[in-house]
Amino acid sequence: MTMVNLTINGKQIQAEQGTTILEAARAAGIYIPTLCYHPELRPEGACRLCMVEASGARTLVASCVYPVSEGLVVKTNTDKVREARKTVVELLLANHPKDCLCCQKSGDCELQKIAADLGLRKIRFEGGETKAHTIDCSNPSLVRDQEKCILCGRCIRICRDVQGMSVYSFAGRGFNTIVSTAFEHDLKDAVCTYCGQCASVCPTGAIVEKDDTEQVWKAINDPDKVVIVQTAPSVRVALGEELGIPAGSIVTGKMVAALRSLGFDKVFDTNFSADLTIMEEGHEFIDRLQNGGVLPMITSCSPGWVNMIELKYPDLLPHLSTAKSPQQMFGAVAKTYYAEKAGIDPAKIVSVSVMPCTAKKAEAQREEMCDSGYRDVDVVITTRELGRMIREAGIDFAALPEEHFDSPLGTGTGAAVIFGNTGGVMEAALRTVADVVSGEDLPKIEYEEVRGMEETREATLNIAGKEIKIAVVNTLASAHKMLDRIKAGTADYQFIEVMACPGGCIGGGGQPVPVNREIRQKRREALFDCDRMSELRKSHENPEIKALYDNWLGKPLGEKAHHLLHTHYSAKVR
Amino acid sequence: MSLINQKCSCCGGENPEKVQVDAILAKYEGKKGSLIPILQEVQSLYNYLPKDVLEYVASKTGVPISEIYGVVTFYSLFHLNPRGRNIIRVCQGTACHVRGGKLILQALEKELGIKAGHTTEDLRYTLETVACIGACGLAPVMQINDDTHGRLTPDKLPAILKRYQ
Repeated sequence: MTMVNLTINGKQIQAEQGTTILEAARAAGIYIPTLCYHPELRPEGACRLCMVEASGARTLVASCVYPVSEGLVVKTNTDKVREARKTVVELLLANHPKDCLCCQKSGDCELQKIAADLGLRKIRFEGGETKAHTIDCSNPSLVRDQEKCILCGRCIRICRDVQGMSVYSFAGRGFNTIVSTAFEHDLKDAVCTYCGQCASVCPTGAIVEKDDTEQVWKAINDPDKVVIVQTAPSVRVALGEELGIPAGSIVTGKMVAALRSLGFDKVFDTNFSADLTIMEEGHEFIDRLQNGGVLPMITSCSPGWVNMIELKYPDLLPHLSTAKSPQQMFGAVAKTYYAEKAGIDPAKIVSVSVMPCTAKKAEAQREEMCDSGYRDVDVVITTRELGRMIREAGIDFAALPEEHFDSPLGTGTGAAVIFGNTGGVMEAALRTVADVVSGEDLPKIEYEEVRGMEETREATLNIAGKEIKIAVVNTLASAHKMLDRIKAGTADYQFIEVMACPGGCIGGGGQPVPVNREIRQKRREALFDCDRMSELRKSHENPEIKALYDNWLGKPLGEKAHHLLHTHYSAKVR
Repeated sequence: MSLINQKCSCCGGENPEKVQVDAILAKYEGKKGSLIPILQEVQSLYNYLPKDVLEYVASKTGVPISEIYGVVTFYSLFHLNPRGRNIIRVCQGTACHVRGGKLILQALEKELGIKAGHTTEDLRYTLETVACIGACGLAPVMQINDDTHGRLTPDKLPAILKRYQ
């Protein structure tokens, strides 16, 4: 590693050769504003906001792409730089709607923050070439408003480089340039998985989650409805960020209290149905293993991932576990088992789920997801939307007491809570599969072998005397590579977990913004803490799950379970 | 109707254009940076770039269809809609502008019943504007195919158009 010496704003700095001025400055605690730059994406130098003076350069240079060199002298705060920066933002704003107060991204918008930081008070330019665009709200998950787009290209890069989907590209030229899908189709007609990673990196309100909070308010305020809610594992370690609490805080108890004070009749936990998923998926895996089923079996909890394989690799669908995702298992059980037990007419139940995920909205609306005889899950809101509802209701989140989930769909084990991390579903399944196959209560709980943040990991494990080769994959770009290997016959695994988003659900497209590696790492640690603090850490030990099978469902993979808890997939052509 | 999967009308086999598209793709197979020449050659087959042919090119080259769409919309050389047999380019450059280029364009739009950038239904004419064709001494000027027509007035246009079938 060669280090070079440079000076930024008179400060002597050492930086690794090959890094950029921006990286060197940030490492030294010197702030340079950026818009198109994102720490996890390839820099593009498109927005020119990060321009600085660099010795030897005739003009200002974009610090996000300008490499450091020995003896380089950089100035980030001269009049010339500030003037140029302001002009860049002014020009962006000349072609940007000024309705910030009514924008869904208000408060989280990077453009808004930069305009405020730079103290812009007047825009000298009129947007003579401003084009009107229609808003794309064609699908259940994401809303695109081109008028708010500043052409930074982050969505293009994350969709192409991290997710391997390449839904977006720049189209047209000059003033007519837009970020576009092929042939300017709406997202519902594009090869889009609804994973929402584009929304999580969009600096403005050009791509946002479809806001379904109004539907929830309406249900809560309808006296004829019984409104129940489930919360996904990874929401409890991210929601705090929406409400001014540091990243990585576990806010489970306060979240439950907040949901009660919002007016939900029952507050349940997706962890319960994550345990249920493990029972079904674990037994399905054992069945496939022992009876010559299609292997490798691949998990199916992540709806962005399911959309991807249906769209792009339909011939590999038999590899997907038929077990429904925890969200959908919860929905199917709530309007049958719970309704029966509580003596409620299922027609009156409105089943809401809080998810880290935009694709979950589309999953809930899949035609076949009505095995309870009703729409299994009625409304899905993201972590961000729940944060907005709590703020709208004026709830002082930090001051709330810690409350517990309701029963009988409110108990989850440590195995369930780690579903939110990449490798978590695999680890949870292994805990149960090992016990079931061996017929013992094995002491091994933590499977360090499957943990990590690398996009593809693999391990060979000894499960009850049998060697099992597994792989864990996160991000859809890595999933493409894995599926190509399966197609080529070079993936000799028995069990693969795939999650669409970086780091798994903790990095989901519906989670609070901004998000980066450090924040994901904190959420991840918090989920492992939740697991360690759990009294029960294996799904099959969950007493509510035991009661469900004993009193109502029968056995895993049984007839009733098959009807309510399993699904099928089909090739999707767009 | 899919142009690429259409069967040949005489033998029921693959249509001749598809055979040629495959030949173009084979020629550039494995060569990086060959999207633009592929698109140019494919366009010369169809006179424009039909959507399903682009999708076929995407599936064969592995270049995402969104990126192909981006390239096609960036370069004015590429066309997503069928083109007329005769391409009319009306100059809107400075010299033509001061000598009434706009009036010529308006008269052509009226005469042909289409706006600039469009093609007549019978595919006889495509009307386009250009910024300068370097014949300022003849302003206002237009080009039809390779012929240049200068010192235009609106009343001269119908007779000129008639010459192009």
